[in-house]
Amino acid sequence: MSQPQSDKDGYDRLIARVLGPAEVELSCEECFEQLDRYVELALSGADADREVPGMQAHLEGCPACAEDFRSLRDLLTSD
Amino acid sequence: MTVPLETTAGTTATADEASRVWLRRLRADGPERDAAVAELHGLLLRAARFEIGRRRDSTPHLRGDRDDLAQQSADDALVAVLAKLDSFRGESRFTTWAYKFALLEAAVNVRRQAWQGREVPLEQDAWALLADHAAGPGRPAEEAELLRALAEEIEARLTPRQRKVLVAVTLDGVPIDVLAERLETTRGALYKTLHDARRKLRVALADRGFAVAPGSEAEL
Repeated sequence: MSQPQSDKDGYDRLIARVLGPAEVELSCEECFEQLDRYVELALSGADADREVPGMQAHLEGCPACAEDFRSLRDLLTSD
Repeated sequence: MTVPLETTAGTTATADEASRVWLRRLRADGPERDAAVAELHGLLLRAARFEIGRRRDSTPHLRGDRDDLAQQSADDALVAVLAKLDSFRGESRFTTWAYKFALLEAAVNVRRQAWQGREVPLEQDAWALLADHAAGPGRPAEEAELLRALAEEIEARLTPRQRKVLVAVTLDGVPIDVLAERLETTRGALYKTLHDARRKLRVALADRGFAVAPGSEAEL
């Protein structure tokens, strides 16, 4: 019996949530320090992940910082 | 156009003209500063209302008045922004930099309010939380095996505090700043604990032959 895609996605998300990113990541403090720059770079179409190494991995690993990222991005694009 | 901005740290960065005007007005005396502070508070309040508004659906039972919470968040953010003014390096617009303080204060306040009076589960058995996933119909044997191994390693390899933090944040969905408040520590310190726990689990699973990258050895 093949596994439903939604179940596979749920499993992948669970494993990602528990194990976090394998890559080098920023700390929460470094993330907050760089967040404004990172969001502006991302919105300008620049390669934000290259400019701010470790940010993407941290956003994958830290739900609270990922929320802060989405909030700032959405606020800036809501104007 | 960007022009050099001297920071108190002695470093030179650049800032756009509007950001430089903000800094000049906020560092001025008298009515000019008062007007700038009032204008800044208005921007921070807008950001706080935005944050609290976007969480309306996920916090239907939020206690207290949402606008009071926004005002409190904007007030706290204003204090933080003015205290950290010299750390603004001009790497983004000043308003973007300031907004993040209001969004953070509002998000933390909402999460704390939402969890006020709720018990934070701290002694959960990891296997109890993973078992349903492992036993799901159609679950491939290798996935069930990894989940069982994960539960075993959570019990075997982690310190009690690492286990408590990992299970609460990643399996029980407790917001990390709510947990930090309950454990009387900081979000950053808890995240480091979580990072170290994840690293141990990755290494343990890789040692058992699972296709899991051991993860970065870099310290946070």
